[in-house]
Amino acid sequence: MSDISETNVPVKLSDAAIRRRMIAEFWFYFRQNRGAVAGLVVFILLVLIAIFAPLLAPHSPTAQYRDLLLVPPIWQEGGREGYILGTDAVGRDILSRLIFGAQYSLFIGIVVVSVALIGGTIIGLIAGFFGGWIDNFIMRVMDIILAFPSLLLALVLVAVLGPGLTNAMIAIAIVYQPHFARLTRAAVMSEQKREYVTAARVSGAGNLRLMFRTILPNCLAPLIVQATLSFSSAVLDSAALGFLGMGARPPAPEWGTMLAEAREFISSAWWVVTFPGLAILISVLAINLMGDGLRDALDPKLKRS
Amino acid sequence: MVRFILTKLLYLIPTFLGITIIAFGLVRILPGDPVLLMAGERGVSPERHAQLTAMLGYDKPLVMQYFSFLGRLFQGDFGNSLSTNKPVLNEFLTLFPATVELGLCAIFLAVIIGVPVGVLAAIKRGSWFDQISMTSALVGFSMPIFWWGLLLIIFFSGYLGWTPVSGRISYMFYFPNVTGFMLIDSLLSDQEGAFKSAVLHLILPAIVLSTIPLAVIARQTRSAMLEVMGEDYVRTARAKGMPRRRVIGVHALRNAMIPVITTIGLQIGVLMAGAILTETIFSWPGIGKWMVDAISSRDYPVVQSGLLLIAILVMVVNLLVDLTYGLINPRIRVK
Repeated sequence: MSDISETNVPVKLSDAAIRRRMIAEFWFYFRQNRGAVAGLVVFILLVLIAIFAPLLAPHSPTAQYRDLLLVPPIWQEGGREGYILGTDAVGRDILSRLIFGAQYSLFIGIVVVSVALIGGTIIGLIAGFFGGWIDNFIMRVMDIILAFPSLLLALVLVAVLGPGLTNAMIAIAIVYQPHFARLTRAAVMSEQKREYVTAARVSGAGNLRLMFRTILPNCLAPLIVQATLSFSSAVLDSAALGFLGMGARPPAPEWGTMLAEAREFISSAWWVVTFPGLAILISVLAINLMGDGLRDALDPKLKRS
Repeated sequence: MVRFILTKLLYLIPTFLGITIIAFGLVRILPGDPVLLMAGERGVSPERHAQLTAMLGYDKPLVMQYFSFLGRLFQGDFGNSLSTNKPVLNEFLTLFPATVELGLCAIFLAVIIGVPVGVLAAIKRGSWFDQISMTSALVGFSMPIFWWGLLLIIFFSGYLGWTPVSGRISYMFYFPNVTGFMLIDSLLSDQEGAFKSAVLHLILPAIVLSTIPLAVIARQTRSAMLEVMGEDYVRTARAKGMPRRRVIGVHALRNAMIPVITTIGLQIGVLMAGAILTETIFSWPGIGKWMVDAISSRDYPVVQSGLLLIAILVMVVNLLVDLTYGLINPRIRVK
């Protein structure tokens, strides 16, 4: 966006001032969406819980209290003090596991989105910038990946690579990156025709500079929105893989894996099943609320209405 | 229109080839010797091993192997399952109706609830109905459906005892497989209680599977309606004194349905992914559960061909959606 300031804006503002104005404008629109603000608050809480998990959790997430198997939550008859949400089938404190599980979900989300975003953006930039047969070839490959239902392809990829958290993240990132590639390509193609790009090209900017410094910063809005949505899907899909026994390995306190272990107790101990799922739902909902707010604040079409 | 269809079909060829390359490649890069894998734990003698390798063509270059794989596909040979030794295609076709039945019921639920809710929310924009329904839609959209299914089982099957936990129909009933759809077959069989049993088995999985499409359709309908209601032709219709009901029903709704129909079509991929989880939770004997079982038992021919068949299915449905879209909206065809 620095390029705009150099060529188009008549009143000269420093880059920092422009950035401050943009952030202020963004915050003004974002704030109007109460759901988005609530989502942001929950998300910040989640991040804090993940960071301070060792301090917050009353017990170790893997410590097994063998004399306290399937203890119900504290408010129910039979509940024990110190085990607020009860214990699971091998006597581990559920609250502590949920708190440490937040680390997994955020970590998975960050890794998947970073890999998919960086990979997809570079691929999309190349396709949109060079066009022709390169574009055709790349977009066909993306179409092929999109032809598979994402969870199924991720599942098969994990089966091939071997079950485990790292492979699950790689698989999900591979499945997600075509979305970023498509968005970047579309944005690049419309930006490329603008005058500021021609101006930069005429003044001697090389291809790499044009791609990354001139065009890319102006394509970020849809990518940011897509990144938020992918973050929530990544949390959901990795939990689903964990649930199917293809994600994080036990005894990791990953929420989906916890649900998989809890399945056989659905008739006897509701709390083992209920809380991990609730944690997934709340996190995903918070991120989606934020995503809605981001879209409204970043989409110029909706701003005017 | 013919030209439009032909272009679309031509575009499918590279996609189809790509899908076969991925399905072939994924299983070929697996670590381990496929012949040893087939032989199982007992193992084979070196002579027999060489014989089998040659027979199955694993000694040929990879490219040749791919082309013979492709050749067999066109003859309808998708390989045999390692665990049952039956042709994969037969297994797929036997289980497929169960998934279709579940998927159709789910999409039916999603449409008959999602579209009216979306329309009402748009008409009463900002009302409590709008806020509650759109909040619920966002919750549905964020739902981990495997957990949602477990909750429904706990409540309806465990606590209330209303519905069975797994399968498509009670073991008490047996009747011939006519259409493959349990709801229809149970009616045809004329056995008392059979239809009720089929419905009770179907209802929870269908609700679970419909959750995400329902949320997506409701949100999409609402935003499409809002967009259309701001158009000039809607304002004109209102200005000339047309009743509000007619303006919404005829002018707005018809045009708003175009993107909604696309959305419904695009839910097929979501449904297939959802079927994997839903069928696993409810032990529903469809292709989703079949794939999960094949992956966990390392039945690679099933994984390979299942992946291929599902991808082809999604591709064909997407083509049909594209064609319908071209039919409804002539502007697309010209492009």
